[in-house]
Amino acid sequence: MVDDLYQETILDHSKHPRNCHVLGGANHQAEGYNPLCGDKLKLYLRMKDDVVEDASFVGSGCAISTASASLMTESLKGLKRDEALKLLERFHDLLTTDSPVTQELGKLVVFCGVRDYPARVKCATLAWHTLKSALENKEEPVTTE
Amino acid sequence: MSTVTTEIAAGFDVERIREDFPVLKQTIHGKPLVYLDNAATAQKPYAVIEAIRKFHEVDCANIHRGVHELSQRSTAAYEGTRAKMKRFLNARSKSELIFVRGTTEGINLVASSWGHKNVREGDEIIISAMEHHSNIVPWQMVCEATGAKLRVIPINDRGELILEEYARLLNPRTKMVAVTHVSNALGTINPVAEIIAMAHRAGALALIDGAQAAPHLKVDVQALDADFYALSGHKMVGPTGIGILYGKSKLLNAMPPYQGGGDMIKTVTFEKTTYADLPYKFEAGTPNIAGGIGLGAAVDYLSHIGLDRIAAYEHELLVYGTQALEQIPGLRMIGTAREKAAVLSFVIEGIHPHDIGTVLDRMGIAVRTGHHCAQPVMDRFGVPATTRASLAFYNTVQEIDALAAGLRKVKEVFA
Repeated sequence: MVDDLYQETILDHSKHPRNCHVLGGANHQAEGYNPLCGDKLKLYLRMKDDVVEDASFVGSGCAISTASASLMTESLKGLKRDEALKLLERFHDLLTTDSPVTQELGKLVVFCGVRDYPARVKCATLAWHTLKSALENKEEPVTTE
Repeated sequence: MSTVTTEIAAGFDVERIREDFPVLKQTIHGKPLVYLDNAATAQKPYAVIEAIRKFHEVDCANIHRGVHELSQRSTAAYEGTRAKMKRFLNARSKSELIFVRGTTEGINLVASSWGHKNVREGDEIIISAMEHHSNIVPWQMVCEATGAKLRVIPINDRGELILEEYARLLNPRTKMVAVTHVSNALGTINPVAEIIAMAHRAGALALIDGAQAAPHLKVDVQALDADFYALSGHKMVGPTGIGILYGKSKLLNAMPPYQGGGDMIKTVTFEKTTYADLPYKFEAGTPNIAGGIGLGAAVDYLSHIGLDRIAAYEHELLVYGTQALEQIPGLRMIGTAREKAAVLSFVIEGIHPHDIGTVLDRMGIAVRTGHHCAQPVMDRFGVPATTRASLAFYNTVQEIDALAAGLRKVKEVFA
């Protein structure tokens, strides 16, 4: 019934989020907030020589936003800054356009069902908005609104 | 529940009533629509849809101006609604009823016009911890502009106002008490007659946000002795974009206009403008004529069924729904006031309301999820959001069963 949205991987990551802790030695961080549903997220990055060495998050949110943050932190490790930004763009396209699903997204393709639930797109993008803000080292919390 | 209530509700032919609401006859994702988001907006009966259609098809003209036939018809229909609202709310005079866009604009009108004229630095305005943002922000704006202080009546764990605390907040500096009649997020029915009387004894005025009360309870502004009472048409089976602000004539007469423009003047020269009498002083520009006419049809429709019968039937639904939902393991009701309208706001341990809402939607069940424009209420109960099923007189016990079954399915998905 809702299997297209809540795919097995998403349910797994929402129940058992990966990298869900404060990151020691983080040198980039940002806060994200979705005022519509009260979801809050803090993202930590440890960058070295323009490469994401490690990423983590803490926060509270729905299954989609938690799984998105969890899978995002997994995907980021080892990426250069511009690669991470490119992945963000691909992910955004996946959710908001009819563009064909590309290989580059890897595991993130499990979010392809979200495009059929427009009210839930912001849940999936919260972590990624926060990523952009963290890479730019913005002080102000980023919101989805 | 009292036997009297049961008896009144017994003759309630909900199936017959559902026939009046075309929107209910559809399926969503292959399932019959179960519409449980009535506190956000109510559905519209044919009578309202027809009244608006007839205005556009047959009577369309601007009001209060033309001498021609169409203008006279549209004026009669629009002003007819004012007369109906006078009866509906038991106001003393039609001139005490101002057409506005909705409750939000009604409150803003008072905050802006009355507030800026009468509130000074050091004065206090009292609201409550269960207010909708629309009865918080306009008063914060008044406080910011004047240097007045905003005081907040706290609520207990049931979601009831703590009247002893309210009594302590009242003092000679209190200028206004603005509280909701029925909470949109919790369903609590507040003892507004008592709240108003206490405000008056302290020398303050009282404004009541009636958005959630007018569709579900009989409201008598004279019996309540409310100074201002605001409501929205769309919550009471009328169209969006139209509402009513009731105000005592003496107060409205002393207030400056809210907006300037056509229809709110007697004469205009570049040197001086004299304003129109009530209620037109507060009704600048061409109003939502179609909406006003639709609201008249809505009030006729509700009055024909009878607010007493509606309240009795909805109370039965509330009792049934509360029992049905409380059997679901891990479900916690938010808002368990002893006097309560048919609102079921709840959280389920470990499952976010948005996920609940999405799964229910796929089963054809429409509920509201989020903070319900009442973030301070969410903070009070320590939750970011709730799921809210808000019932109307066209809902059925079968629909509540569908909701309960839907929630069991939600638990399976996220177990």
